[in-house]
Amino acid sequence: MANVFGGFKAVMYKEALHLRRDSVALVIGLIVPLAQLAVLGFGIDTNVRHVATVVLDEDRRQESRDFLNRLANSDTFYLKQYVRSDRELHEAVVSGKARVAIEIPPDFSDRLRKGRTAQILVLVDGSDSSVAGQAINVAFGIGLDESLRRVLAPGQAMPIDVRAQLLFNPDSRSPNFFLPGLTAVLLLSVTTFLTAFSIVREKERGTLEQLFVTPVRPLGLLLGKIVPYLAIGYFELCLILTLMRWVFFVPIHGNLITLLVLSIPYLFVALAFGTFISTTVQSQSEAMQKAFLIFIPSIFFSGYIFPRENMPAIFYWFSFLVPATFYVDITRGVILRGAGLKELWKDGLVLTAMGVGLLLLAARRFQRKSINA
Amino acid sequence: MSAAIETREVTKRFGALTAVNEVSIRVEQGDVFGFLGPNGSGKTTLIKMLTGLLPVTSGEAFVDGLNVMSDPEQVRRRIGYMSQQFSLYTDLTVLENLRFYGRVYGLRNQELRERIGAVLAINHLEPYRDVLSARLSGGWKQRLALGCALLHEPRILFLDEPTAGIDPVARRELWDLLFDLSSRGITFFVTTHYMDEAERCNRLAYIYNSRLIAFGSPGEIKKLKEVNPAGARRVEITCSDLMRALRTTAQIDGVRSATAFGQNLHALADDALSDGALIAALEAHGLPGASVRTISPTLEDAFVAITNQHRAALETFGG
Repeated sequence: MANVFGGFKAVMYKEALHLRRDSVALVIGLIVPLAQLAVLGFGIDTNVRHVATVVLDEDRRQESRDFLNRLANSDTFYLKQYVRSDRELHEAVVSGKARVAIEIPPDFSDRLRKGRTAQILVLVDGSDSSVAGQAINVAFGIGLDESLRRVLAPGQAMPIDVRAQLLFNPDSRSPNFFLPGLTAVLLLSVTTFLTAFSIVREKERGTLEQLFVTPVRPLGLLLGKIVPYLAIGYFELCLILTLMRWVFFVPIHGNLITLLVLSIPYLFVALAFGTFISTTVQSQSEAMQKAFLIFIPSIFFSGYIFPRENMPAIFYWFSFLVPATFYVDITRGVILRGAGLKELWKDGLVLTAMGVGLLLLAARRFQRKSINA
Repeated sequence: MSAAIETREVTKRFGALTAVNEVSIRVEQGDVFGFLGPNGSGKTTLIKMLTGLLPVTSGEAFVDGLNVMSDPEQVRRRIGYMSQQFSLYTDLTVLENLRFYGRVYGLRNQELRERIGAVLAINHLEPYRDVLSARLSGGWKQRLALGCALLHEPRILFLDEPTAGIDPVARRELWDLLFDLSSRGITFFVTTHYMDEAERCNRLAYIYNSRLIAFGSPGEIKKLKEVNPAGARRVEITCSDLMRALRTTAQIDGVRSATAFGQNLHALADDALSDGALIAALEAHGLPGASVRTISPTLEDAFVAITNQHRAALETFGG
């Protein structure tokens, strides 16, 4: 009787031995993603604060000083330097010493007192779009606010009061936004990479061929390889979540069990992808290159950094082929939005389907090299 | 009793390239069968077809009476295979390698322990059981690989150049072991480049340019008429300047071919050319003091003669 899973347990036993023997490499493999998490967790802050600002105040009276104080108090601008000429103002921006230059003309106070429109020039370095956007918005906001204050009679209420409330991440903390998505990328390094290497190593040694003259069948071999790394991937996930929750204080709004359950299909896809890569390459260095074919899209197309809604249509559709897209949705859903299985089961289903498909494809590619059993 | 291995015009093509061309062989149970041929002649490809690693393009191949194409699962349980590179897990110990291969064949607990004990004993690997296989020398690696291939008590063992890169003592010991095992009924299919190993086989096949060109016991092959053409005899020439002698001997009238053989030359000379005439001719070419004696062909002489004839035929008929 043909057993398509032949050799599964034996291979799993052997992989466990390999892992135990090479435990140093394994520990390093586990620590590196955590170090990356720490760097990004501490290092990345997408909130724009303390933008270096240079000021040319030609008015130098109460009104202009008030206005500058309000800018400084906004926390967005850091009034770094006061200059005396237009030329110095421009130089400060061109040299990169300041991102924003503010010029207050000499008649600023006079015009305000006479009830005429007073102008302020805000020059913004456009080379970083998020800094520029934030600087412009805040400058406009303060100007508008100041105008309203002068237009409205004392005690008169604002006609419209817009109140925005930031759900799920009220403090706009960057770690809350980045770390759940980052999990998807970090897990790849202990799953896709490690399985691909472990199979390609057998190709290089010639043991793969040896296995195929035994009753070991492709599916048995691949699953025997996948299961130990699934356990490792799972362990890594727990480490990441622990670090996220208790070092970076990212609150987990949803059910942890839901997250742990929905992580299985993602790890499975990532592992199946590793096995698939291993069927297309002959050496570990080649495997490394191919593994990056999934690593890079997982960063850029999954929505982890760039919102998928802003992508050109072709990349948007492409992002549906990237497993990390679905997992980023799962992690953000559970951790930030408190979503449950009811909302996320489709993501899990897609990932499972992808994983099974890839694994069968990988097994078929192996099979073609030996006689079908 | 069916043959241990039988092929009928078995052929393997990779696109336009024919790696094995209509090869028919028969290996009896308990034989130590030597499979010879130059590198790239198709030896490994034939082994891969017989072990189920490559599908057969045309023809039929049977191992232990089972068709390798239609019954690969059963074939795999009855054969062992040791490839050129020994295929061990070098980061595992001797015992762990054996346990893994045993489990692959479904051996468990008591049975696994017994088989491992037996294999360790046969191969004298007992003192090394907890040594990482990376630390073993070539000869011991080969014994371990053989041990792994023997665990499930295969009826037929395929060994692809088992002695390449092994020291002479280990080589001899391996062959003693093969004969010991063959006396217990295991059939061996061994590829080799060593003539002394070929000489020890019960039966040989010689493959050249994808085709089987000689088949039989070493004695039968040495007696082939291609090896002993009518009207000629094989002589051994001993003289001082071997390389010079090799160049000039072939030019002497009545000498059909000459090959260096250790410190001597082996030449195929017409019967009409007497030993004395040959010595005189050598002296005329500046090689005095040569001695000549008639010999029966060695296995190497036989293969060189057969190969040369096929090469000449290929050149005549344009491949």
